[in-house]
Amino acid sequence: MSDHDKIYSTKFQDKIERSTVLMFVVTAVAVAVGGIVEIVPLFYLPNTGMTSADGTFNNTQHKDNGGATISMDKIVWNPATSAHKTLNDWQPGDGVRPYKALETAGRAVFIREGCFLCHSQMIRPFRDEKDRYGHYSIAEESMYDHTYQWGSKRTGPDLARVGGKYSDEWHRRHLKYPREVVPESVMPNYFWLDNMPVNVERTVDTMKVMTMMPFNPVPKTIYTDAYLAGAPAELAGKTDMDALIAYLQGLGNHVKFEEGVNYRD
Amino acid sequence: MEATQATPVKYDMEVVRWFTIAAAIYAVVGTLIGVYIASELAFPFLNFDLAEISFGRLRPLHTNAVIFAFGGCVLMATGFYIVQRTGSTRLWSNGMAWFTFWGWNLIIVLAVVSLPMGWSQGKEYAELPWWVDIMIAVVWLSFGLNHIMTVAIRKTSHIYVSNWFTMGMIVMITYLHVVNSMAIPVDMVTSYSMFSGVQDAMVQWWWGHNAVGFYLTGGFLGIMYYFVPKQAGRPVFSYRLSVLHFWALTFGYVWLGAHHLQYTALPDWTGSLGAAVSLAMIIPSWGGAMNGMMTLSGAWDKLRTDYILRFLVVSLAFYAMSTFEGPVMSIKTVNALSHYTDWTVGHVHSGALGWMAMVAYGAMYHMIKKLWGVDKMYSESLVNVHFWLATIGTVIYIVAMWVSGIMQGLMWRDYDEYGTLTYTFVESVSAMHPYYVMRAIGGAIFHLGTWIALYNIVMTVRTASAMRGVNAVPAKA
Repeated sequence: MSDHDKIYSTKFQDKIERSTVLMFVVTAVAVAVGGIVEIVPLFYLPNTGMTSADGTFNNTQHKDNGGATISMDKIVWNPATSAHKTLNDWQPGDGVRPYKALETAGRAVFIREGCFLCHSQMIRPFRDEKDRYGHYSIAEESMYDHTYQWGSKRTGPDLARVGGKYSDEWHRRHLKYPREVVPESVMPNYFWLDNMPVNVERTVDTMKVMTMMPFNPVPKTIYTDAYLAGAPAELAGKTDMDALIAYLQGLGNHVKFEEGVNYRD
Repeated sequence: MEATQATPVKYDMEVVRWFTIAAAIYAVVGTLIGVYIASELAFPFLNFDLAEISFGRLRPLHTNAVIFAFGGCVLMATGFYIVQRTGSTRLWSNGMAWFTFWGWNLIIVLAVVSLPMGWSQGKEYAELPWWVDIMIAVVWLSFGLNHIMTVAIRKTSHIYVSNWFTMGMIVMITYLHVVNSMAIPVDMVTSYSMFSGVQDAMVQWWWGHNAVGFYLTGGFLGIMYYFVPKQAGRPVFSYRLSVLHFWALTFGYVWLGAHHLQYTALPDWTGSLGAAVSLAMIIPSWGGAMNGMMTLSGAWDKLRTDYILRFLVVSLAFYAMSTFEGPVMSIKTVNALSHYTDWTVGHVHSGALGWMAMVAYGAMYHMIKKLWGVDKMYSESLVNVHFWLATIGTVIYIVAMWVSGIMQGLMWRDYDEYGTLTYTFVESVSAMHPYYVMRAIGGAIFHLGTWIALYNIVMTVRTASAMRGVNAVPAKA
């Protein structure tokens, strides 16, 4: 039995190997470190699109060419300081805003159909991506995306700035029968979305849930009681197809980007 | 390794048998769906205008079926098998093991219903509805508690290395699943993550990469450290290397997720940190692969006759290959090309088919013989046929994806002499067609192998049961 008492590695390792509790505890600590180091800072460092109580987004400072700090109100829409006070008055370029009622319904369709498995929504800061898709994506642009939709694969093109690129009619024809518009496409036909009415109750509840999020909730000054009360009327008679098109048309035109500004730090 | 035992120990192996058979079935189902969705990308008419079988809904079913149904059943079968044998003890709770079995299979059934219905949370490899997530947590903890308590009541002095890896997996997957599944439900089929944008992306890939790192790598390394020495009939090459392998992976793998988000809106430091640690992981990964390979030193001739050993050794070769490829792809300049392309898909499959499925089948064949008390599989030559189908299928698959992935990346960034983009996006889509066909063929070849394995396993079990029936009374009196 002396063989069992022999130490083949170090005393500490030997001790761990003989004790279930020690093995469990040391392992549980070892696997926790990496995640803590990489995830926790993203909740308080600048440039992560994380709302802080003082409205500075944890001191995020995007500077223009003259070196002056661009107000975060120009990047993230703030109804208090903006000329446009309500979600329906908002104009492209006013800054990042949460989704309108019909877009919220469309986003649910986007997730339900697994669109994110083939279409990314994250443009990288490369020349070819700028030429193909537009300005690179910044953290603030997905701050209201509870369940982010950056994707990981481009079987189809990136959609981060697809809003306004094509007409509603183009989208409708393309979503219904992609190969009638783009013969080489491998996308499934989604004509049946035209026959599915929008789920009004779920959409309104989704918007309410978005105001309850522990991180980056939609401010109640944007999803006001009045806006939520008016949502069912906006959704009335709409189909999943209408909703999906509204969602796509709203993607990527929120921020007015200025030439030469580094929005990444 | 195992202590010598004076009196034979009775083990709780019935639940292991069921998990093993379930794994063989889910391998067929999971790869069948994989072949189908691969074919949908090559020939889109195969979506048949049915929402339930459209690519976007079936793809999560494929990933969930192979990772959690096939992979999960393999891990639970081998986990319960190894922990009893290396500890010379029965399970802490046989009843709880059955709860795990039925619970896990119920979850799989729910996945088969919910994913084609489109009840997705929109997070890759974590699509299942929020209430199924709660069930997963409960069933997973029942497996974890049972495993760890069985380690605790072992009769041997040391905990065997396989059980370290399984314990690491149990702890880490619990962390990952709980944090990544934090969501607020809207109704029974809809819920949204508590995190958004950058934070959600980092949490997702912390989950996504470590499901690979601790479940498909760590858990399967536990399998490797038991079944390679057993099948080769030799002790692990180096105990010290296994100590290093375990702790380096356990501490290091956790950091890698950020390399999925290079050049995105995630701060650069996070992605760079992920890439740096990814590169460092080559060393322990190759150390571990070598440790497995060198276990055969002095017994290499067995590879000529032992087809099960072939599965195990080739799996280690693929393990070494993918753990080199992965770090290379995490280098920023390489990632700029490879990200968003089929190269990633190819990399995943060289790991999933070449490493994970091959080591799993090696272990399953070994276990089947022990569990049903037979000397040979029903047909040894069918094991060999399966081996070659699996190897050739995997190689065709990953070569197709290498070519298409790199081609995509190069086409997207190509400029003509006037300084404008040479190719439209859709030109890159049509250029992929031949490779998507080739990938589907590679997958189909691999899939055929899973049928042969299932047939061979079922026939072995039937033969063994028939023999037991005949010899029931006198045989070993």
